[in-house]
Amino acid sequence: MSEPASTHHAHGHGAHDDHHHEENFFLKYFWSTDHKVIGMQYLLTGMFMALFGGFFPYVFRMQLAFPGISVPFYGVVSPTEYNALVTNHGTVMIFWVAMPVLIAAFGNYLIPLMIGADDMVFPRLNRLSYQVFAVSVVVIIASFLVPQGGFGGAWTAYPPLSANPDYNLTPWGSTLWLVAVALEFIAFLIGGINFITTAMNSRAPGMRWSDVPMVVWMICIASILFMASVGPLMAGAVMLAFDQNLGTHFFDPKAGGDPILWQHLFWFFGHPEVYVVLLPATGIVAEVITTFSRKKLFGYKTILYTAIGTGVLSFFVWAHHQFIAGIDPRMANVFTVTTVLISIPIAEMMFLFIATLYGGSIRFKTPMLWALSFIALFMIGGVTGIPLGASGSDIYLHDSYYVIAHFHYTFFPIAIIGSFTALTYWFPKMFGRMMNETLGQVHFWITAIAVNGIFIPLFVLGAAGQHRRIYNYNHFAQLSTPDLQALRILATVSLVILLLAQFLFLFNFFYSMFFGEKASKNPWKGCTLEWTTESPPGHGNWPADQLPTVYRGPYEYGVEGRDEDYWPQNVPN
Amino acid sequence: MAGTMSEKRDLRLIHPAPTREQRQIVPNEVLGMILFIGAEVMLFAGLISAYAVVRAGMPADAWPPPGQPRLPIAFTGFNTLLLLASGGAMWFGGRKFAEGADKAVPPVLASLGLGAAFVALQGYEWANLLGEGLSMQSSPYGSFFYLIVGTHAVHAVAALLVLSVATLRLRAGELTEHAFTALRAFWYFVVLIWPFLYWQVYL
Repeated sequence: MSEPASTHHAHGHGAHDDHHHEENFFLKYFWSTDHKVIGMQYLLTGMFMALFGGFFPYVFRMQLAFPGISVPFYGVVSPTEYNALVTNHGTVMIFWVAMPVLIAAFGNYLIPLMIGADDMVFPRLNRLSYQVFAVSVVVIIASFLVPQGGFGGAWTAYPPLSANPDYNLTPWGSTLWLVAVALEFIAFLIGGINFITTAMNSRAPGMRWSDVPMVVWMICIASILFMASVGPLMAGAVMLAFDQNLGTHFFDPKAGGDPILWQHLFWFFGHPEVYVVLLPATGIVAEVITTFSRKKLFGYKTILYTAIGTGVLSFFVWAHHQFIAGIDPRMANVFTVTTVLISIPIAEMMFLFIATLYGGSIRFKTPMLWALSFIALFMIGGVTGIPLGASGSDIYLHDSYYVIAHFHYTFFPIAIIGSFTALTYWFPKMFGRMMNETLGQVHFWITAIAVNGIFIPLFVLGAAGQHRRIYNYNHFAQLSTPDLQALRILATVSLVILLLAQFLFLFNFFYSMFFGEKASKNPWKGCTLEWTTESPPGHGNWPADQLPTVYRGPYEYGVEGRDEDYWPQNVPN
Repeated sequence: MAGTMSEKRDLRLIHPAPTREQRQIVPNEVLGMILFIGAEVMLFAGLISAYAVVRAGMPADAWPPPGQPRLPIAFTGFNTLLLLASGGAMWFGGRKFAEGADKAVPPVLASLGLGAAFVALQGYEWANLLGEGLSMQSSPYGSFFYLIVGTHAVHAVAALLVLSVATLRLRAGELTEHAFTALRAFWYFVVLIWPFLYWQVYL
């Protein structure tokens, strides 16, 4: 291996800049240790996986709206395929879209730029992280090509359904699914170590912890949550793989195993995972809201402590997923209390964002629209979660479409709106060109309206008692409810509109990348350090002798007595 | 009142004079390793808590299950001492590093030798237990034994391989102080988690 980049941060990139080493296309874009290139790799892979995982709901919602139809671009959906599609929609969207885009892509791209460093502290580990992730992408896609197709045991993979191929009917797919998820976790473990070490050790001179931009904090807190919670799930994944392939009985009650044990191991990871993706999204929203309100972020330290408190609390709520799994009712009481408690810090964070808006001179550019819609939609998601966190009402709502609507009102703002907020905001920095504002706003409005068209009907369906994970309601006399079919069709039509609108975005994205208006260094007049370098930044981010020094906090907008309404972090006075 | 408010605000905007000195309280390699070890500790916590849950769900006379072989407590106790000695030798190697990288090589080699002996004796124990009928499939007791001890063995073998390569670099004087500290930290993790596993699984 003859890679050019230095392992040690202290070397800097000055020497490289002098030579301006020419690399061929492969080395530059596939074997690079530059954090910006790796961020782009994650971003483009995540966008590809969003198309992959976004196609699945089109297929299974068409089946739900028009049972037995030959779905255009797919064909007739068999029950096994239906199971594989719903399972992998969840898996792909969380592990291969939300995490790579929100944490890995923007973490890699933004952390060194926002803290004034020339690269990550472990550039080669960073490249390894993406390579492991790329292998996991290949494995999850390959799981659809093996005999019997992709895993069909739901994204939560509860045994014995997931452990026994007689039940899930996907003997190859279930193991490949586990392997892919495990590889993905290894990639993010490596990435998280890099993020935290970089943010701790490579900050620009003068940058105190309270001068670190909120999104950097959020990505680091999310990485800590991920690292602290992923171990037990890895343990569970190994046990499940052994149950599937080596004939062990860890989760098989017939032979002395415990199926609830998997649920504990899964959700001990699974619930912090919600905050692993939520916190980076709120960090992104914080950056955008403060820039486009021209106002200091309200309650910087409160937001920070709130995020840390949420992170700690998120380790004590997991059993609210198991209220009807036969856990001790006294335990259900405890987890009801912790679950309802966790809505307090999150609500506090949302109100602090609204307080930031209050009295600001708000500019409704595309990123700001996305950020505001994040708050609106996420509030709906949060409020509708309370009946699920309370064990009494959860007994009725469990495994219904109400649950689906609730968590999509949280995950859609997080994964999709959070990504669009970040992409539209940092696009000029990443590609050196502006995106088309009109197209961006049209795309925003269609998406924001269509998503409500999908999930409000699902709330109604769920409250009416519709179970999730049913291939065809007409197969069950008790579940067959023709009067609700109109709502299912409405949700499906909204989904098709939503998906079609994304082509507007893709067009805008790729067109603007090559033909957009040239962007200046600081098109949004932001204060944070990434806006002080070229768009796009060169190798090493700043010339080696001009790495920035920090003199103040990241959100000094509208300071009295200055000519401009913003005061960048690196300007002495 | 308004005057004091704005004064306060101005004070908050002015920093202490920035310095160019690096702020590495913990060096990069060591901090990265600490984070990694934290994740590893949670992996073992997951395994042990799963084991504890299944064990607690069993009747007292069914654990270990009747008819299944008993684990060799004394033999593994001796083996535990070997591994702890290996950790001590590694610690001594760290102390010697200050006198020169080549001075650290003999204690590190001793540490690797003791570590390899630990892995070999555990392998011998596994072979015996398999011969006596304790397998991963025979009972949850056997499943958890091989899972937990095997996970530790995988860590030990991986650490031994990496440390062997590192020792070559140490002898050539190419291994940096911080990288050496980070690698030693991982070996301490492998050594120190073992008595806990021994207590939980064997005793």
